[in-house]
Amino acid sequence: MSAEKDTTAPKSNAVRPPSFWRRFGLQLGIWSVGVVMWLAFVALAPSAFMHKGIYLAFASTTPIFALMAIPLTLVVITGEIDLSFPSIMALSTCAFSEAAQSGLSIWLSLVIGLALGFLCGLINGYLVTKFNLPSLVITIGTQFLFLGIDLAWTNGSGVDLTPAKYNTINKILVGRTFGGVANQFWWAVLVTILLWFLLNRTRFGSHVFLTGDNKISAQLMGVNIKRIKIFTFAILGACAALAGMIGSFEVSFFWPTMGGGLLLNSVAAVFLGGTSVFGGTGSVVGTFVGAFIIGAINAGIVAAGVNAFYTQIFFGLVIIVSVIMQAIISKRIKK
Amino acid sequence: MSSQTPVIQLKNVSKTFGEVRSLSDVSLEIYPGEIVGLLGDNGAGKSTLVKTIMGFHEPDAGGEIWFKGEKITDWSVAKARALGIETIYQERALCEQQPIWRNMFMGREVTKKFGLLDVKGMRAEASRLMSEHMGFTSTAVHPDNTVQTMSGGEKQGVAITRALYFDAELVILDEPTVGLSLSETKKTLDFIQSIKSSGRSAIFIDHNIFHIYPAVDRMIVLDRGKVAGIYNKSEITMDELIESMYRVARTGNLKEQK
Ligand SMILES: Nc1ncnc2c1ncn2[C@@H]1O[C@H](COP(=O)(O)OP(=O)(O)OP(=O)(O)O)[C@@H](O)[C@H]1O
Ligand SMILES: [Mg+2]
Repeated sequence: MSAEKDTTAPKSNAVRPPSFWRRFGLQLGIWSVGVVMWLAFVALAPSAFMHKGIYLAFASTTPIFALMAIPLTLVVITGEIDLSFPSIMALSTCAFSEAAQSGLSIWLSLVIGLALGFLCGLINGYLVTKFNLPSLVITIGTQFLFLGIDLAWTNGSGVDLTPAKYNTINKILVGRTFGGVANQFWWAVLVTILLWFLLNRTRFGSHVFLTGDNKISAQLMGVNIKRIKIFTFAILGACAALAGMIGSFEVSFFWPTMGGGLLLNSVAAVFLGGTSVFGGTGSVVGTFVGAFIIGAINAGIVAAGVNAFYTQIFFGLVIIVSVIMQAIISKRIKK
Repeated sequence: MSSQTPVIQLKNVSKTFGEVRSLSDVSLEIYPGEIVGLLGDNGAGKSTLVKTIMGFHEPDAGGEIWFKGEKITDWSVAKARALGIETIYQERALCEQQPIWRNMFMGREVTKKFGLLDVKGMRAEASRLMSEHMGFTSTAVHPDNTVQTMSGGEKQGVAITRALYFDAELVILDEPTVGLSLSETKKTLDFIQSIKSSGRSAIFIDHNIFHIYPAVDRMIVLDRGKVAGIYNKSEITMDELIESMYRVARTGNLKEQK
């Protein structure tokens, strides 16, 4: 159509793909934080970090919050936040263990737990989109609500998950395979892969990015942003239920107060993983790596023989430095 | 022409935002194969009309939208686009942090089996469209690049090319030439002519009467949310049109008061 232009166009003006740095700079930054930290730990505590035991420990503890951080990434990409998922975790695991206690089949109880998690997420999403309220405020409310129902239901006492009827589900969720790797690690890998496909290879995923990038533009082009947001909350709810069951079977006991302390680990993993606080961009693989960086800090500090009171300081520094580094990288990339 | 069924017909459409009445009792129809110019001052309600036709705004109770002779009840942007209406919005409606291909197929993504996105196909198609239709050759227009780094005209090119891709029955262009170079403007005007020659329709909004007048068959003048007049091109010369536009702006009347 514009043949007259082509002969005179300078060679340097040819259409080139974005450079490697531009495309992967941010992810590279996160991975390098992980690698540098790992090298530091190996140098400080070679005896612990040259032995596989510590890695097996990471693989069993980190997935419990990673399983929530990964779907939280989708919520954050749409420009929202959820602070209630630790309560959803406790409430849906409560439903599971109460159902199993009452004599229902384990598998039916499992479905009930997952469905309740999904439902709690739907409620969050519905309230946020229907009344156009900040999700930060709504989910602070539902966080108390869900936890309150859980505590009132159980009257504060837990459920013993050691009986033999739980053996099979215990093996599936938290058994050990491939030389002692905890199954929850594979569950986290599976959820990462599934959500990667959902985010990057489906219309739903495309709409997640568009919703968070510019919701007016997305709506003008026919994206149903309310439906998209509601489902990201619901997916997180269902994953929180899974994480709750895994966390409970790992210790063979359901504590009604479980989930406390996991909120900030998950949120930190999402932002460490390079997902934008403003929405529109993000990566579930980044969150997966971010979660393991956070898990490693917790375990690594202790193994390195540093007083555990210093963990928080180190934790804070790594998060602040990484987030600043990401801001600088994104700015460079845009130029 | 009036024996045909209009592609789109508005009957008594009003739109109120709180206290502001942006459209009042607008009735109009667009026929197959015609280009209609929509004129009016800043704030006359042109863009609001466009967004109401697209289903982004819901008209106030009592207003009706008819598509090809059928009254539409649950109108939405997705439905409007599925039926074959595409719009180049005044604000362009881009998602700037996303790659060009995702913007190009925003809301109408192409899928393969199992509902998986055909990312490769969309990239290739976006690249072909950008170079063939818009003739953009700068390095910024690779389909994987994000929109935020592109120039203003290039961004607009994405929005224009997007409307052109889906072979819509009705294309709405809300000030498409603002900020475009001479040659890009000419391409856009040619594009409007190609809509007509392929028997499809367009609504063309532009403040430049020298762009509108030669391109259109009919003109609708909006003033403060009301239809102030509808002209066939044969009824009015360009000078008369310019004169009456000034008069509308001053007095709200199209014709001279006797
Ligand atoms: N979402 C909204 N909320 C409140 N008022 C609105 C909204 N959209 C438009 N308006 C008002 O409606 C009126 C018409 O606006 P509109 O954008 O349709 O004008 P326009 O004819 O497209 O003008 P321009 O030529 O400047 O683009 C304006 O007074 C505007 O302030
Ligand atoms: Mg306008």
